[in-house]
Amino acid sequence: MPLWQIDIYPAETQADRDGQRISEEIHELGLADDVQVTFARGYLVQGDLNYEAAQTMAQTMLADPITERTVVALAGQDTLNEPPGDQATLVYVLPKPGVMDPVAMSTQAAARDAGLAVDSVRTIRKYWLPELEPQRLEQICRRALSNDAIEQVVVGPLEMDQLDVGSGYEFEKIVVPIRELDDAALEHLSQSGQLYLTLVEMQTIAAHFRELGRDPTDIELESIAQTWSEHCSHKTLAGRIAYRGPGPDGQAEGDRRQYDNMLKETIFAATEQIRKTLGDGDWCVSVFKDNAGVVTFDDQYHACFKVETHNHPSALEPYGGANTGIGGVIRDPLGTGMGAKPVCNTDVFCFAPPDTDPASLPPGVLHPRRVIKGVVEGVRDYGNRMGIPTVNGAVYFDRRYLGNPLVYCGNAGIIPVGMEDKQVQPDDYIVALGGRTGRDGIHGATFSSAELTSESESLSGGAVQIGNAITEKMVADVLLQARDAGLYNAVTDCGAGGFSSAVGEMGEEIGAEVWLEKAPLKYEGLSYTEIWISEAQERMVLSVPADKWDRLRELAESEGVEATVIGKFVPTGRLQLQYDGETVGDLSMQFLHDGRPPVIRDAVYHPAPESELAIAPELSSAEAHRKTLEKILGSLNVASKHWVIRQYDHEVQGGSVVKPLVGPLCDGPGDAAVVRPRLESRRGLVFSCGMNPHYGDFDTYHMATSAIDEAVRNAVAVGADPQRLAILDNFCWGYTDRAETLGSLVRAAIACQDLAVALGTPFISGKDSLNNEFSYVDESGEKQTISIPPSLLISAMGQVADVRNCVTMDLKKPGNRVYLIGDTYRELGGSHFALVRELAGGHVPQVHAQQAAKTFAAVHAAIQTGAVRACHDLSEGGLAVAAAEMAFAGAAGMELDIAAVAEQVSGATEALFSESNTRFLIEVRADSAGAFEAQFADAGVTCLPLGTVTAKETLTVRAGEDLVLQAETQRLKAIWQSPLDW
Amino acid sequence: MAAPRVLILRAPGTNCDEETAYAFQLAGAQAERVHVNRLIENPALAARYQILCVPGGFSYGDDIAAGRILAGRMQRHLAPMLQDFCGENDDRLMLGICNGMQVLMRLGVLAGGVGEESAGTLTWNEHGRFEDRWVHLKVDPQSSCVFLKDIDQMYLPMAHAEGRFVAASAEALQRLEQQGRLALRYCDPAGRYGSQPSAFPINPNGSDADVAGVCDASGRVFGLMPHPERFIDPTHHPFWTRREESSEAGEGLKMFQNAVDYFS
Repeated sequence: MPLWQIDIYPAETQADRDGQRISEEIHELGLADDVQVTFARGYLVQGDLNYEAAQTMAQTMLADPITERTVVALAGQDTLNEPPGDQATLVYVLPKPGVMDPVAMSTQAAARDAGLAVDSVRTIRKYWLPELEPQRLEQICRRALSNDAIEQVVVGPLEMDQLDVGSGYEFEKIVVPIRELDDAALEHLSQSGQLYLTLVEMQTIAAHFRELGRDPTDIELESIAQTWSEHCSHKTLAGRIAYRGPGPDGQAEGDRRQYDNMLKETIFAATEQIRKTLGDGDWCVSVFKDNAGVVTFDDQYHACFKVETHNHPSALEPYGGANTGIGGVIRDPLGTGMGAKPVCNTDVFCFAPPDTDPASLPPGVLHPRRVIKGVVEGVRDYGNRMGIPTVNGAVYFDRRYLGNPLVYCGNAGIIPVGMEDKQVQPDDYIVALGGRTGRDGIHGATFSSAELTSESESLSGGAVQIGNAITEKMVADVLLQARDAGLYNAVTDCGAGGFSSAVGEMGEEIGAEVWLEKAPLKYEGLSYTEIWISEAQERMVLSVPADKWDRLRELAESEGVEATVIGKFVPTGRLQLQYDGETVGDLSMQFLHDGRPPVIRDAVYHPAPESELAIAPELSSAEAHRKTLEKILGSLNVASKHWVIRQYDHEVQGGSVVKPLVGPLCDGPGDAAVVRPRLESRRGLVFSCGMNPHYGDFDTYHMATSAIDEAVRNAVAVGADPQRLAILDNFCWGYTDRAETLGSLVRAAIACQDLAVALGTPFISGKDSLNNEFSYVDESGEKQTISIPPSLLISAMGQVADVRNCVTMDLKKPGNRVYLIGDTYRELGGSHFALVRELAGGHVPQVHAQQAAKTFAAVHAAIQTGAVRACHDLSEGGLAVAAAEMAFAGAAGMELDIAAVAEQVSGATEALFSESNTRFLIEVRADSAGAFEAQFADAGVTCLPLGTVTAKETLTVRAGEDLVLQAETQRLKAIWQSPLDW
Repeated sequence: MAAPRVLILRAPGTNCDEETAYAFQLAGAQAERVHVNRLIENPALAARYQILCVPGGFSYGDDIAAGRILAGRMQRHLAPMLQDFCGENDDRLMLGICNGMQVLMRLGVLAGGVGEESAGTLTWNEHGRFEDRWVHLKVDPQSSCVFLKDIDQMYLPMAHAEGRFVAASAEALQRLEQQGRLALRYCDPAGRYGSQPSAFPINPNGSDADVAGVCDASGRVFGLMPHPERFIDPTHHPFWTRREESSEAGEGLKMFQNAVDYFS
């Protein structure tokens, strides 16, 4: 069968934008300067086509007649190797066999729809480069043009006469003799089989099979490894922990606690306590048990929210990792209750600085610039294609994220009241809905539970995947129709562990029988075990009553989605796996889910000793304050993220109320996003987040409370009701087998418990990602490990009764009054002042819980009166940054006197830059000032009048007689916008 | 007359169908979302509708190029229906928004005629990536576009990667312009647009002659890249919180009302 190659170049009249972009990237990555690149995208098309048919396909289906030109030839023919310009070096990049290639799939389907006898299609990228020395060329190919984890590079002509489509599979049942293995052999099996189980766990498995009098099959061992993985079972944090930490008055190890299940006894316990206090007013619906946490929204709908991480895949293949990260978390609301409709996404990233010297990169590490671009594009392409607006997020930078970036993806949905529960019934069919199963994503769950090393790329490449958003969109379209037609009894998503986890979880209470050969495959050659543990994307598992199956199948077919019966839930209490009638696995659900030996860990925490932060006198002049402000605005954490935000569709679905960028020029940093999930309703959902890894270097307790406070105050700043705020925790930590690392996490969890209860703000869901470390062997042969800083993300979902009462942070009108709400303390520890001035020490910001609760309530009440025209929270950079941002976002200025603030602390410098929590800067209508002040006086919350809004775009700050800061706000904005204006 | 019926055409990856149906309904039409497969199975379905709308999204993933695969399917399976809608003797309306405009452009019905070679295309934004941004739009006063009747200027969001209008030639561009078919242009806040592309971000994608929307010779078939359905409520506006008084509706709603009024 002929194999045609179709190259598509820009037409003569068009610029080669892709070529130029690659050329710039080669330069940015420090690989070479002024390398001219000519780019073509291409297709390999195998099928019963003659030249004319291939030409027609190229010109009418694949290329644009006005902006593109094509070269069509049989693969390998010389015309394909003729340089279109001066560049003589030809490089092809192709997806490795088995890697998802959505464009190829669509092209194949479209060609067949057009009546062309096309057998298979693969996409290629083609680069023409100038002659380069071999080593440089190799570096460019590896670092700029391709990614080893998923792609292969061919330098020179493509010698290929057919596309691989997988080879057949011959069934062979594999038994793993484990009963007689000694400890060393058990450990070796765990590592070499990528099971990543501990010795005690391996011993438990061996003992179990000794009792049964037989050895396990490979699929049984894999099922246990998936179910017992850190990723699926959260065994460390839900395990037994003996904790020793600082006591209430600071004495070392004065706080000793013994947990049987740490998460349950801290974070879940807080929620339980809050629900009890709320009594009949409890608005939590389903917490910590389903794929997402569910709370009430209005009479007809509940709202749910989940945030996940996809760190390790994103480290190896940023685009695919982030792509499948957002794809995976969207399936969480879809798989919550009977299925929620996704209404918006959130994303938070932690990267190493983009200006990292390429020469300093450890082996196996991608340059941060590539990671950043890949991750942003991965989220963009999935979220935008799904038609789910990405409305809120943040980006943090720290060198310790170099080999191990963090990618948090969130999704919220709405679900009709009454649909929040599900129940698998005996004799229901197990139905796989959506994408086909392939060899992609094998061992993702166990891989994500291990630490990354410079070898990870070659070892675990199979764990990395590319998503296909449209398949998931089609699945969602079918699922929500099937839900409303009552065609199934339960649903869950296929995530980490694939069918093994999804079916294992759904059948836990009943039992299941699975016919593995029935699962539709992307290509031949998969073993029964690969089918069972593949984490191929875009699949959901449904529990379907036999009498509804035909209707479900027809519905799926009508939307072009595959639905297949792959087994049955049977009341045996066993997980029985068959391939072509032969039993390949038979495990008791009880052993699978409850047989894991408890993990027992020690945890100890000693916060860094406190020290004073000395502010040199030369940092305290008005001129120095302006420079500090400029440095903070221009620092990566604070700088404008518009380059990211604008690549996301944040308005699709038509419910956007407060967008991520606000103000008359749509360029101010909004505090939180507001959406109306129901177009016919005025009720809104609010999304915000809080995180500050720098504070964790001081004390993870205060880092955690600060993160919660930040998430809550961001939501309250736009108008969310603090009495109806739900929060999520995402712990990303280093290697928690170390008692000190685990101790820092337990201390953060205790902080979460304390503050959640004090604020009455329940956690409704969460997730942890442990062992986020990167190890490599340096040039001198020493093993080096980079551990990420403790990184707790708090995401908040709030509610507003009527979105028309929302406010934004941009200054509105000259003459209006400006107030600072809340107290300022001597808290420069971990601040951006310390960061940009390279100062150590100081006191890390704390949260005064009772005062915080009162403050949030008072700010909310004030917003409800309509007196508040703008409201902004104080976070990184403190008062100075908040004032600057409000001014330039509103194209206005301010005249402030901060003498009263300076009196609370050591002077103007601390007043300007302290990062004390629970503070807001608020613009109030001039004629409402009296009532506003009275409201806060009654509430017992500090409310300091600082000055007024001015039309002149200057920020002028005095402390009594002294001028302490003066800056042109346009200039500040330019500084703030430039670092990430890519 | 009864409310006109709108067929909102849905395909795999279409994702603005619900809010577009809602906008038509708010304007007084009766909108139904229909999967393209249903229409292919039974093209006669189309006779029940007065308005055909291809909404935004990523039909078939925008794989190969935006709108390409859906346009190909419509061309092959629904050509008579398209002929009917666009025919000279017909008085029905067709609207393509964002991905829908990309589909109509590839079908040739905007810048050419059914089955004719298109005089223009939509390709990658000048800066090469997806962009979500509010843009000022000016209606060409010569335009006879039904959807833009009595609209002078609008402020709407755009959200696309492949929205740069490129004419087949300078002559083609001139011809379309003289016919008033370059109906909607990106402009500055004062309503000024150019014959050369205005600078980013006034012209957000580098379109020839600042073109944001194109209509056929009759004015009944119209495609635009910005999203009118995303500005039907006052709180859709990116800085509505600055206004002391809230307006009644968003500026995009008028387009849907024009379509409904056309049948009254």
